[in-house]
Amino acid sequence: MIVELGHYALVLALALALVQAVVPIWGARIGDAALMATAGPTAAGQFLFVALSFAALTWAHVVSDFSVANVFENSHSLKPMIYKISGVWGNHEGSMLLWVTILALFGALVAVFGRNLPPILKADVLGVQAWVAAAFYLFVLVTSNPFARLVSPPLEGRDLNPVLQDPGLAIHPPLLYLGYVGFSIAFSFAVAALIEGRIDAAWARWVRPWTLAAWVFLTLGIAMGSYWAYYELGWGGWWFWDPVENASLMPWLAGTALLHSAIVMEKRDALKIWTILLAVLAFSLSLLGTFLVRSGVLTSVHAFASDPTRGVFILAILVAFIGGSLTLFAIRAPGLTKGGLFAPISREGALVFNNLFLTSACAAVFFGTLYPLMLEAATGAKISVGAPFFDATFGPLMVPLLIAVPIGPFLAWKRGDLLAVAQRLAAVLALAMAGFAVTWWATRGGPVLAPLGVGLALWLVLGALAEVAFRVHLFSEAPRNALRRAVGLPRSAWGTMFAHLGLGLTLLGIVAESNWRIESILVMKPGDTVQVGRFSLAFDGVVMRRGPNFDEAVAGFAVRDGGGRPFRMEPSKRTFRARPMPTTETAIATYDGFSQLYLSLGDTQADGGVAMRIYWKPLVLLIWLGCVAMALGGCISLTDRRLRIGAPRPHRVAAEPPAGDPQPAE
Amino acid sequence: MLIWALFAAMTALAALIVLVPLARRGRAGVGAATESGDASVYRDQLAELDRDLAEGRVGDGEGEAARAEIARRLLRAARRSDMLGDPASAAARLRRRAVAAIAVIVLPLVAVGGYLALGRPDVPDRPLASRLAARPEGQSIDELVARVEAHLAAEPNDARGWDVLGPIYMRLNRPADAAEAFRTAIRLAGATELRQNGLGEALTAAADGDVGPEAKAAFEASLTVAPAGVLPRMYLALERAQAGRLDESAELWRRLIAAGTEADAWLPVARAELAKVEAAAREAAAPGAAPPSPAPTPAEVEAASRMTAAERAGMIEAMVARLDERLKRDGGGIDDWERLIRSQRTLGQRDAAAATLVRARAALAADPAAQTRLDALAAGDGEGKAP
Repeated sequence: MIVELGHYALVLALALALVQAVVPIWGARIGDAALMATAGPTAAGQFLFVALSFAALTWAHVVSDFSVANVFENSHSLKPMIYKISGVWGNHEGSMLLWVTILALFGALVAVFGRNLPPILKADVLGVQAWVAAAFYLFVLVTSNPFARLVSPPLEGRDLNPVLQDPGLAIHPPLLYLGYVGFSIAFSFAVAALIEGRIDAAWARWVRPWTLAAWVFLTLGIAMGSYWAYYELGWGGWWFWDPVENASLMPWLAGTALLHSAIVMEKRDALKIWTILLAVLAFSLSLLGTFLVRSGVLTSVHAFASDPTRGVFILAILVAFIGGSLTLFAIRAPGLTKGGLFAPISREGALVFNNLFLTSACAAVFFGTLYPLMLEAATGAKISVGAPFFDATFGPLMVPLLIAVPIGPFLAWKRGDLLAVAQRLAAVLALAMAGFAVTWWATRGGPVLAPLGVGLALWLVLGALAEVAFRVHLFSEAPRNALRRAVGLPRSAWGTMFAHLGLGLTLLGIVAESNWRIESILVMKPGDTVQVGRFSLAFDGVVMRRGPNFDEAVAGFAVRDGGGRPFRMEPSKRTFRARPMPTTETAIATYDGFSQLYLSLGDTQADGGVAMRIYWKPLVLLIWLGCVAMALGGCISLTDRRLRIGAPRPHRVAAEPPAGDPQPAE
Repeated sequence: MLIWALFAAMTALAALIVLVPLARRGRAGVGAATESGDASVYRDQLAELDRDLAEGRVGDGEGEAARAEIARRLLRAARRSDMLGDPASAAARLRRRAVAAIAVIVLPLVAVGGYLALGRPDVPDRPLASRLAARPEGQSIDELVARVEAHLAAEPNDARGWDVLGPIYMRLNRPADAAEAFRTAIRLAGATELRQNGLGEALTAAADGDVGPEAKAAFEASLTVAPAGVLPRMYLALERAQAGRLDESAELWRRLIAAGTEADAWLPVARAELAKVEAAAREAAAPGAAPPSPAPTPAEVEAASRMTAAERAGMIEAMVARLDERLKRDGGGIDDWERLIRSQRTLGQRDAAAATLVRARAALAADPAAQTRLDALAAGDGEGKAP
């Protein structure tokens, strides 16, 4: 009965979404407050019912109710409890249910936190949100129903794909979806503004925190996915430019651009139309990501063509929402009020620079991801666009952007003074150059570009610190005064510092890992010893162990580093009983805080030897710690509830009209 | 019925979610029109700016500039204000009724209609634990097996459980699982006549009636526990016949028959088998007759006895081809190879037999005893006579 109640709750959520999609917007068009007032409660009710539905499916997974086809196909009675729960979203149907649940959650949050939103804006936003929700409820119910039943249920399930039985995969999809779906709020706000034909001041005030929250989740989700691929797939790589990864990177790039342009809009009332467009694009790319991952089009264009129900449905949603919103944009944008003016060298100018490069990089990833699919669909030729393409396009676009990152926050609003900024950053530049020189000297004969990368990373990290140091007058006033200023500094400034610093740390990790890693792939027999970097690894042999729903071959290693401190590492290979498919469990030891020794067990050879992959990865943890720092920056910035306005410096206001020639914002 | 009551309650809740705000706003009366949203944001900004100025977070000059900027925007916003209609007007009342109708009629229709098209209200929840705990009478054999399996997964050292499971697997035609169950029971609680016989029969059934080396060993072990056992001796006699040792097989059948009394139910079966083996031996001895059948199953032997000579030859050729195929795929022991070579010679396929001999030498290179037997076979070929 619980399962059927969950099923009915999902249908009810669809019915409520349909009401919410029509009534509030109708009310907003004719100024009927009663009709508009239904928006909030229906959004909350929708979340209530879809949450019930999600809870019912989770319950079915927890108690192994194999009369639910979804449970039979993806669960196993002996699976540990955490994977029974994470198995709910470890499959297509369940993950789409999670998707709509999070969508409804965001709608409910707008309803709850948006009490002081202008009523028309609120009605329109929630109405648009309900269109998206209704489309996806229909998708779930019609093509991917997680509540399909089996009348004579089997006694054992087929088990979750073993690769997914990992704590990383338990939290990765929810984080990613919170990010993807979070952009739906920015999208709904943008479409609401387009419907209304004007952009409220409340618009900018509201879009930034929602975008920021979504961006934080997406950042953590991508980092989590990357770390999971690193330790679970056993290849030692952390980013593969795989279409699934790119599908999450594209909304991230657009979302990052949106975040920055929303600052301009909030503080300076400029870049409005561009911000609206970015909000539409960020969510469109999220939808595209959902389509790529969920339609099966990535596995093969032909597999997609042979069973197209799901893919065509999502494609229709994609076309309707992206096409519809862009058409609306084309109609309404010319009529929107233009924003303020600013000089090219200014904070706004720097943020436009940021947006240009981020969107170009996003376009590069877009074409690299979709071109092979289009080519395959058109000609049948199967090509793969891999790292070389992205290194050649994405990389060069990132370099000028990264160079500009520390400069931006130093520039004043409206019109800045590049020379003054250069003076302030001279010390940072000197330190970064010194870092480059030392690295170059220490790694003579190594990769040529690596020391430059280290210099750039230092430039980012120190530049982020310098900005805060200057704002609190760290070196020009007594420490007590500096501390007082530091406490009074807007939290968004601290957020910026952590986010930009995190970017530098990630870059440092990437440069170190990709240029100075040591790898050794070899066949070892019990008793063999191998030297990798400063470590010597002695292989003891393989023993078998029994897990709850898998058997495990564990290779034992006694590892000694240069100093002679020995410790054990045990990479293993698991074979799951329900699906005879091996997974690798790597053994990873962290050194010096950020570097890792990485062992991955390969196949056993006929002569009793085992294939081993052994890596030494210097500073590799910084890649993800940097992402965590970025997310932390986002969280800090999110707690800054100040109603901000970016006033130009007073003595320059007095000097109007300005000496430079201001550029129109749009 | 409970489920329908709950559906009704949920639907009523959904309808109320729409109706309540509608009714509350409807009563609010004229003058509910709020200040323009923009203006309220700018007022909040001014208040925030004042706080910042008071706490010294913003310099005076900067503060003044910001205040001027906000004031400019506030003026702009004040020129527009959101126009809200009069909720008491007849049109507004009609609209509220329409929405109320949607909530009370359309929403339940969509929900119930959609659910009836997709849902299965008649299918109850079936959590695994309660299915396994249910009283056995109502359970299918599959569920009973699953119960024992679940029990054994928790306590794999319970030999009694494996004893129960073995015969059930046999009846469910899962001989490989049955063999594993008997093997585990033997490992845990030692060999008994029942377990050894069960293992042998399961292995034989798993090999489609072929009494292989492991099954043979199981039956022999059964005889050491219970020397008077009839079933293992029957299977061992069959094994000899399948190996092509018809005389040995006949001898075993004769000894078994001699030990029986007329009251034994198996005696007619044994006599019939003996007759078949003797007949086959006679045919093999007769020049130009059909060769010794390569590994015939009891059923095949029976079928062969009712065939014409041509049909029999066809069947035998098919069996030889099958054995050849199996050896190519899985390899096999010296007995299998010898049987294949002899059969091919008898069928007149001398070239094939020679090729098989070469393959057998390669496959059994590590086994000196096998090489000796292959040498003997090769010598027999030189004399050009059927073995």
